[in-house]
Amino acid sequence: MTDVLDALQEATGGHAAVAGEADVVGGVPATWVAAPGSTAEAAAVMRTAAAAGLAVAARGAGTKLDWGTPPRRLDVIVDTGRLDRVIEHAAGDLVVIVQPGVPLRTLAERLAGARQRLAIDEVVPGSTVGGMLATGLCGPSRLMAGAVRDLVLGVTLVRADGVVAKAGGKVVKNVAGYDLAKLVCGAYGTLGLVTEANFRLHPIPPATAYASVTVPGAAAAYEAVQRVLHGQFVPSGVEVDRPEPGGPVEVAVQLEGTEAGVAARTAQAVEALGAGAAETDRPSWWGALPAGEVLVKATTELTGLARLLDAVERAGPATVRGSAGVGALHLGMPAAGAADAVTALRAAAPAWAGSVVVLAAPYPVRSDVDSWGPVPGLSLMRRVKEQFDPDALLAPGRFVGGI
Amino acid sequence: MAGLTELTARLRDELGARKVIDDRQELRTYECDGLAHYKVVPGLVVLAETTADVAAVVRACTEAGVPFVARGSGTGLSGGALPHADGVLVVTSRMRDILEIDREGQRAVVQPGVINLHVTRAAAPGGYYYAPDPSSQQVCSIGGNVAENSGGAHCLKYGFTTNHVLGLELVEPSGEVVRLGGKAPDPPGYDLLGALVGSEGTLGIATEVTVRLVRSPEAVQTLLAGFADTDAAGQAVSAIIAAGVIPAAVEMMDALAIEAAEEAVHCGYPPGAGAVLVVELDGPASEVDAQFADVKRLCQEAGSFEQRVAADDVERALIWKGRKSAFAAVGRISPDYIVQDGVIPRTALPEVLRAIAALSGESGVRVANVFHAGDGNLHPLVLFDGAVDGAAEAAEKVSGQILDLCLQHGGSITGEHGVGSDKAKHMPDMFSADDLDTMQLLRCAFDPDGLSNPGKVFPTPRLCGEVPGRKRGAHPLVEAGLAEQF
Repeated sequence: MTDVLDALQEATGGHAAVAGEADVVGGVPATWVAAPGSTAEAAAVMRTAAAAGLAVAARGAGTKLDWGTPPRRLDVIVDTGRLDRVIEHAAGDLVVIVQPGVPLRTLAERLAGARQRLAIDEVVPGSTVGGMLATGLCGPSRLMAGAVRDLVLGVTLVRADGVVAKAGGKVVKNVAGYDLAKLVCGAYGTLGLVTEANFRLHPIPPATAYASVTVPGAAAAYEAVQRVLHGQFVPSGVEVDRPEPGGPVEVAVQLEGTEAGVAARTAQAVEALGAGAAETDRPSWWGALPAGEVLVKATTELTGLARLLDAVERAGPATVRGSAGVGALHLGMPAAGAADAVTALRAAAPAWAGSVVVLAAPYPVRSDVDSWGPVPGLSLMRRVKEQFDPDALLAPGRFVGGI
Repeated sequence: MAGLTELTARLRDELGARKVIDDRQELRTYECDGLAHYKVVPGLVVLAETTADVAAVVRACTEAGVPFVARGSGTGLSGGALPHADGVLVVTSRMRDILEIDREGQRAVVQPGVINLHVTRAAAPGGYYYAPDPSSQQVCSIGGNVAENSGGAHCLKYGFTTNHVLGLELVEPSGEVVRLGGKAPDPPGYDLLGALVGSEGTLGIATEVTVRLVRSPEAVQTLLAGFADTDAAGQAVSAIIAAGVIPAAVEMMDALAIEAAEEAVHCGYPPGAGAVLVVELDGPASEVDAQFADVKRLCQEAGSFEQRVAADDVERALIWKGRKSAFAAVGRISPDYIVQDGVIPRTALPEVLRAIAALSGESGVRVANVFHAGDGNLHPLVLFDGAVDGAAEAAEKVSGQILDLCLQHGGSITGEHGVGSDKAKHMPDMFSADDLDTMQLLRCAFDPDGLSNPGKVFPTPRLCGEVPGRKRGAHPLVEAGLAEQF
């Protein structure tokens, strides 16, 4: 045991320790914590782990460590706290190269100096770049800028065997080789440790406005969203919020651009949202996850929004919030009855061509219902995992199908 | 080859004789794609009409250990669909049904042989279009676009094929059919779509594609601006981007490219210009009006001596005609030419263009520059006369040196044409052995026998299951003549 600690300390220049009480992932305690400060140190940590057959999971700010299924086993937490540098901000090229331990807020402040931003919302306050990549979590801006996978241009990755590999590049346009950067987005750290990520940036627009309407139910919300989507005023976000199960639905639209342009487009948005709509301040719930002991992600084709909302209402007491203009919503539920509600939603989900995934839930719910649901292509995914991590050392069990 | 003879009989039996071509003369029709100086007559051609046809061919190939190559319209510019002499070319151009235009859901579901522009034509009456617009969009197919992750002039703002594909039906190299994604976003599990789009047919064959449709913009404004030289035009591009404007497209042509386009299509570009920019803005009228004024001013400040604004769609088409015809037009001023495709960070544009001019000057090889300036994607056209001894080699050398320049500036060896057969040899210049080894882990997961489009993308195939880093002997695929090692 001391041999491992020695090796981890050597790998990290002394930044390794025996795990404490708080060093758990999904309720599973680790034995050691190592904090590499560079890609080379991360590779040395991974080589140490591989040589001893130790299971490893990465941790950033720890805001979403209870997401995904708990690991089957866990020995070493790789803490990204020392991988906290913005390596390069090429403002003229609208590209940033950043390490995973950088908090999204810190990155945003840094980029704002050049009137630029990484157009991925900080959905969970305090999140780091690494956690955002591992979960693929993004907010309202994805309607305008795309999801995390659309904005990542390249990664540096430490494999399970400690080999360091790069994929992609630091230019926006690049089709050389396989796009492994997309593959590791949302993979919960099961394919490798990302030690650098390259992102495409967007300019911060001079003006922002919101328009909103509250409608009685699912059908009216769907109609309002459809009118907005088929308008030509190009909203950067189209969100819904239903704070009371089965209650009224607020449909809100974000407009970004020039001062003159946003004023005109906000008027168009108000008109499209229909009777009772008005320009508003930024809604307090904008870009935040719904409250509830159990957090579920439900996706839908754009035409399935009302069917999904109705099915949620029938399935149990859930609040609904999310990107209706994209078809990606989050549900907040009490633990009691959540497993049955998820099962019922999954059974109905083909009616809106969507998936239903449990992101966070207390233990009894996790054991009563499969967190991931049906996964088309699972056998291919297992083969990918076997190739990248044949000994299942990277976050084993955290992902779909026990991957 | 005995294997191929038996395979031919089996496929005739399973698919019907009319879909299977083994007549030598007919096979020659398929000997190259858009990169015509690579030629290989395929062992066999199958004209697939259904997913079941594709699955049957792939299954039969896998069982017989015969390589297969997918081909759409055959317009690719990197030899990605170059056939295999002892393999089967699976042609998807008969799978050309648009299965669904879902306007309300902003999706189209199409077969792989559907022509890119036909998706937009089908969606246009409802006020929608398919955004990725490679220059060959009147003839190239969606299946080929998926394989190559095709871009186009407007991907600066709207993204590439990979950003617009939400679902695929895939025939795996084992012959299994799997459906990944669909009309909804974020299917659970690994982002296999992200890995598949742009994998150049090495991970399987797409037989159905679900794509995003984009709402047509309320307003479009197109500016043609003439500059004294490419430095001034490059400054204008940087100024536009720095002002926070994301144009739908920013295209640049240099003097030689302008001369060629002028001769070919009489597009009326400003006489005497050392460079022209085509800048297009689209979106809500209120935004486009405000930003277009800024763009004109910024071009003027950078030294543009003539500006022309398209008054309507006819004038816009004329401005674009010069740009879109540039590749072919170069044929008028040179008997032969190489179309290069490299990427640099946009800010390196002036420096790299000067270096290309220097290369051209030293070697005496003329280079015409046409490119997507907004995202730093260069398309230098390297001119030569194949009838002159050594001219092709000299052009090839300059073309390779331009790629080296791109890499020296932190760019890429290909922005949209793909690696294919042409650039596999350059991959080690951009990626380390470990990088390439890691990418090929994915290949091993999908295609452990290496039968799906072998010899493309990677210079050296990886023996699946081997311990990484250990010295290996000759690869069995190389020994069997199924792959070439660079």
